[in-house]
Amino acid sequence: MPPLLQLENVEAHYGRIRALKDVSLEAAEGSIVALLGANGAGKTTTLRVISGLLRPTAGAVKYAGQRVERLSAEALVRLGIAHVPEGRQIFPELTVGENLRLGAYTRRDRAGMEQDLQRVFALFPRLRERALQHGGTLSGGEQQMLAIGRALMTHPRLLLLDEPSLGLAPLLIQEIFRVIQEVRGQGATVLLVEQNVHMALSIADYGYVLETGRVMLSGAPDQLRANAEVQRSYLGA
Amino acid sequence: MAWLTTLPWGQLIINGIALGSLYALTAFGIVLIYKTTDVLTFGQGELAMFSAFIAFTLLDRLKLPFPVAFVLTLVFALGLGAVVERVLMRRAQQGSILNSIIVTIGLALVLVGMAGFIWGYEVRPFPDPVTGPPFLFRVSPTQNLVLTQLSAVILAVTLVLMLLLFAFFRFSLVGIAMRAVAQNRVAARLMGIPVDRINALGWGVGAALGAVTGMLIAPTNSLFPNMMGDVAIKAYAGAVLGGITSLPGAVVGGLLLGIIDSVAGFQAPELRTTIAFTLLVIVLVIRPAGLLGRREIKKV
Ligand SMILES: Nc1ncnc2c1ncn2[C@@H]1O[C@H](COP(=O)(O)OP(=O)(O)OP(=O)(O)O)[C@@H](O)[C@H]1O
Ligand SMILES: [Mg+2]
Repeated sequence: MPPLLQLENVEAHYGRIRALKDVSLEAAEGSIVALLGANGAGKTTTLRVISGLLRPTAGAVKYAGQRVERLSAEALVRLGIAHVPEGRQIFPELTVGENLRLGAYTRRDRAGMEQDLQRVFALFPRLRERALQHGGTLSGGEQQMLAIGRALMTHPRLLLLDEPSLGLAPLLIQEIFRVIQEVRGQGATVLLVEQNVHMALSIADYGYVLETGRVMLSGAPDQLRANAEVQRSYLGA
Repeated sequence: MAWLTTLPWGQLIINGIALGSLYALTAFGIVLIYKTTDVLTFGQGELAMFSAFIAFTLLDRLKLPFPVAFVLTLVFALGLGAVVERVLMRRAQQGSILNSIIVTIGLALVLVGMAGFIWGYEVRPFPDPVTGPPFLFRVSPTQNLVLTQLSAVILAVTLVLMLLLFAFFRFSLVGIAMRAVAQNRVAARLMGIPVDRINALGWGVGAALGAVTGMLIAPTNSLFPNMMGDVAIKAYAGAVLGGITSLPGAVVGGLLLGIIDSVAGFQAPELRTTIAFTLLVIVLVIRPAGLLGRREIKKV
């Protein structure tokens, strides 16, 4: 079976700045794939290319057997790609309930939407309690839960997460990682960008290390942990 | 200060609210466009004027009844707003904020020119939507409050439109999506919200609100290409007074300016605009974000 997601020699620019030089990676259906790398390596840019926020200037993005690099973000949501961006980006002046409702903007299957709403509330009981509160009044951790919950309301087949643990207390980080595993258990494929390399490798099936817009290394978590370069740069050994 | 107690306050406030409703509707359109598309438009009054001419044609040439002409004009304005977004603004917004502001000023000039070319520059009477004696409310044995039928219609239309818009933004998925686009465009795209189409809708609804103002103000002010000049200035002041990012603020600001206009106009007609703008400056010095505005709205 071909992988659900495949990037082939992707190059991307911001104006004249070349943020991605040559990125190739794959994610098999039902797997968790970690995308690691230093600040500015191009992790966020890679996710933006996959979700259609940024057009690549060269290379191919294949999703579910289809070339998708020229599709709009809107079309990609309908195809099942959900992107939880860096810094959460919830709608601060909408209620938690309204934020979640917009996650299902493209959907018309009422029964499925209701089911997904209950699934989100089961994963994050806190969101049910705060359903009528404005998103902007939530704590940082709750906002991250809302951002993930909102993405789950699109009923994604591929979930892109950009540093979901950033700025959260250890207990909350564990909760978020538990949810990521649970979402995968329910059938979704996860591409996870993380600075928290230990945690990311502990739940991932495969990992890629980016450096200045290129894939430097890839392998199973054990291989990456054993690699001297990864140890020196990311694991503080 | 004895004159303060001798003023016919009740009547002046009623007149002010009727006048302010028109400012409020125009201001509402300006704020709506600003919030959804990030563009401060200077063509709102001219969109209103152009729509009023369309209504005039439907009423006077095609002899349609007022309610029918009203609805058809709204549909026209909705489309006109969407075309403006599609043809002009989407391109202009690729550049700097200044570009889009200049483009809206250009739009205003083009609309005035086109109206003058098609309908001429003479001042025309615009048919009253209602005819009949004014309503009288007896407040004391010697005093009646007078509400003309036109003012009553203006108040009713404003109230109904505000309630409809409130419900639209609160309960409909598209209305919620419009607020979301205003708050975070990138996140909205990631929800699959068609941001371009939502912008077009913002312009359409804004233009339709302008059309309502145009049709309601033309019976009093008559119809001519520059008819909206004073109203538009007051509407911008109202929008700023309320806090340019707040829809309820636009209503409060518009009504307040209407009341100030009415009271000041009774006492010192030649000073009414001066007084209104002095108050505006004072409010902005004390509350730079306006009465109901936020100091900063996060945009990405
Ligand atoms: N909007 C932008 N305009 C110009 N350059 C950008 C923009 N966004 C990112 N870049 C540049 O592209 C490169 C890759 O950035 P990217 O955000 O993808 O890195 P990242 O791996 O996500 O970093 P971090 O860990 O800090 O989030 C960087 O050199 C960055 O400066
Ligand atoms: Mg990043």
